[in-house]
Amino acid sequence: MNLAVLVYVALAICILGLFIKKLSLFFRDMGIYASGEPKARRIISGITGFWGMLFSKKIFSALWVFLADVLLQRRILTQSFTRWAMHMLIFYGFSYLLVFHALAVFFANPDEAYLNPWLFLRNVAGVMVLAGLCIAFARRFIIKVPRLKTNGQDYYALALVALIIVSGLVLEGSKMTSQRVFVDMVENWAGLSVEDDEAEVKGLEAYWSKHYGLKVPGVKAPFDEEMLTEGGYANETYCASCHVSNKWAPAGYVTAKILSPIAGPLDRANAPHILYWIHVLTCLLGLAYLPFSKMLHIFSTPASLVANAVMGDESKPENLATKQLLELEACTHCGTCSLTCSAMMGYYATGNPLILPAEKMQFLKKFAWGRKLSPKEMDALAEGMYVCTNCDRCTVVCPSGIELKRLWLSVREAVIQKGAAQPNVLSPLSWFRGLNREKLPAEAYNEPVKKAQEALAGRFDEIMAQDAVVELGSEASKSVDPTFASCFGCQTCTTVCPVAGNYENPGKRLGLVPHQIMLCLAMGQDEMASGAAMIWECVTCYQCQENCPQNVGVADVLYSLKNLAAKNLEQRKAGQKAA
Amino acid sequence: MEYALFIGCNIPARVPQYESAARAVLEKLSVGIVDIADYACCGYPMRTADRKTWLLAAARNLALSEARDIDTLVLCQCCFGSFKHAQHALANDAALTAEINKELAPLGLEYKGRTQVVHLLTALHDWVGPNNIKNALAKKFAGLSVAVHNGCHALRPSRITGFDDPLNPVLCDSLVSLTGALPVDWENRLECCGAPLMGYKEDLSASLMEKKLSGARNAGAKCIVSNCPWCQLQFDSVQARAAAGNGKAAVPSILFPQLLGLAMGIDADKLGLADNILDISGLAQLLEE
Repeated sequence: MNLAVLVYVALAICILGLFIKKLSLFFRDMGIYASGEPKARRIISGITGFWGMLFSKKIFSALWVFLADVLLQRRILTQSFTRWAMHMLIFYGFSYLLVFHALAVFFANPDEAYLNPWLFLRNVAGVMVLAGLCIAFARRFIIKVPRLKTNGQDYYALALVALIIVSGLVLEGSKMTSQRVFVDMVENWAGLSVEDDEAEVKGLEAYWSKHYGLKVPGVKAPFDEEMLTEGGYANETYCASCHVSNKWAPAGYVTAKILSPIAGPLDRANAPHILYWIHVLTCLLGLAYLPFSKMLHIFSTPASLVANAVMGDESKPENLATKQLLELEACTHCGTCSLTCSAMMGYYATGNPLILPAEKMQFLKKFAWGRKLSPKEMDALAEGMYVCTNCDRCTVVCPSGIELKRLWLSVREAVIQKGAAQPNVLSPLSWFRGLNREKLPAEAYNEPVKKAQEALAGRFDEIMAQDAVVELGSEASKSVDPTFASCFGCQTCTTVCPVAGNYENPGKRLGLVPHQIMLCLAMGQDEMASGAAMIWECVTCYQCQENCPQNVGVADVLYSLKNLAAKNLEQRKAGQKAA
Repeated sequence: MEYALFIGCNIPARVPQYESAARAVLEKLSVGIVDIADYACCGYPMRTADRKTWLLAAARNLALSEARDIDTLVLCQCCFGSFKHAQHALANDAALTAEINKELAPLGLEYKGRTQVVHLLTALHDWVGPNNIKNALAKKFAGLSVAVHNGCHALRPSRITGFDDPLNPVLCDSLVSLTGALPVDWENRLECCGAPLMGYKEDLSASLMEKKLSGARNAGAKCIVSNCPWCQLQFDSVQARAAAGNGKAAVPSILFPQLLGLAMGIDADKLGLADNILDISGLAQLLEE
């Protein structure tokens, strides 16, 4: 197996994958920024935008962000010291190993690999990564940070790095114990002959067994003093110029000590050789698979941080569209956004994980790549996108610099246009949409509202028809606020209602006015009551409830009818999907 | 006296001047403020579609205050209303409280109903007191007629909110008077600004807003005084957008702590006057020693 060939193959796959992924940023449509734009324009705008940034004052912002947020990762630090430490350990430990160990042929002298500082630093870096991985593992599986979820990509990333480091460590330890490796070193590097230079070799064997973790079957303490002295001289003469004490690789040395009891069988099985290939192949597989895994973030996240430092409302819409697709790649599923999300309790109440921003991000990757979503998935996504107070906290805390608030504005609009009716559209959760109306496509603006209105009304028109049969003798649902029962029909609520007072013909526009709704409920007609347009036009000013002489919680009753109508719509949707 | 300051979602994202002005005023009046970073949405906008989401959201925030054994000072009246309604609903329903606490337990929280929810105006009037406020004033307004807008969700339903007299509220008016500004009697003064319908019933929302504005205009008010970020945005951003189209004279809106802060001699930067869309910088000119 020619290592060089494998490296080039893995590298080629990686580069090809990166190319495909980066090109796809210009070809995918997700939100409202670039629907229908010709792809060529997106590529050209992207290139000219980038070029323009390089040769303007913006380059300073870009460089500053690169230093502060990519190299020093202050965005993580401001949220959590532990997480920052974890990521710094993994990031710098692994980067060190990549540059000075894997690529030692370019950046160091491979012949000095077993000298200091290389031998020591290699261990330090490996231990750093391991420490970081332990923190990562603890956060996800032991402490269980709230709302932090782990998916296939996260498992893969942790497993990949862990396997690389652990296999490297065990490889180093097994090499230290291995007689085969010792003999190979003695013959090919020290230039000694096992038969002819017996005394020196035996001396070296004793010396290395006592001090350097070598485990030759049959050779054990106590060692002959003369042999040790002989070994010491031989070590100085033949070994030391290329190989310092193994104790300078403390992690490897400790591993060697742990492996000692099974050193013999390991060696017979040619463990160092096998471990070497496990180690190298894992690295190469990781390299080849990089563009398709979470590891892509090592390119996408810095790009997202820099892009967001230099782009804003003034940027061309097609560039914003491209940036948003880049941001999907830059998300590392770290869960910081979900930790600070203002709407998080929606997740606990409804069980819909797509209310959490980190889960939205992961799901949007499927949405962006054109995967067909089932009606149930689409609905869950629409609810998830809409149950958001637009507090912008997610955007402030994201360590990948993702402009989540713009993503939500853009994609939410596309999703609620495509998906089924969302009751949440008829609530103050639409405040942000209303305030930002001019940023949204005008023609379709009212569609989600109309859709929701029609779906929630249920069979209202049927029930209200002149010749419809009204079933009396039933009781209103227990979930409706029961104070309606005190109503004696004085109509004060309707009189003070600013909504009823706004229309020439309130009955026609609203279906039922407040006092009529109370009387409906008294007759057990909650389907009729919850279908009235009035409940969705209620501005919750509580004039009705305040002025009611009978303490009927009029506005609270209307709230409970809204809840009932929303639940009924859920059930109808579930029934349709089941049908 | 110390309070945990609850700022909700609208203020940090869209009306930061409410927070900065409130902090500046409270600091000058020696009211201790504690920040609880884990606070999340009060639940108000979720209440429409799902009652449980609202109750959980409100209860979690209140439990966070309780865990610190501190009362909760609220700036937004929708947040205030949400908390008061939640406390009311849970106080009378042990089974519901148990259900809520079951969800809060894994988050390390428990709701016991112990924290007092107080709106900024109540804290200023009841704890700081009109005398201390008067003594803290550097100047007073002269010739400034204002339309005091009480909002809805703190005022009503009074049986639950216990904020002020719902038919003839005096709390904000009396505090405004301390600054020398003159609260006028204006048509529709107790009506809703229309903000809750923005985004889905925009015609009705705009119609309600316009009724308020014409009342303020007819009463000769130079500005509206608001006590809630929703009302403020409605009278500020939304009015600005509408005024661009309908050519009517805009009545700017100032948040109460901004008004009080000006009279206390606090720097306009700290009060975030420049963050208001409709220009209110002219009001500072009406201050006299």
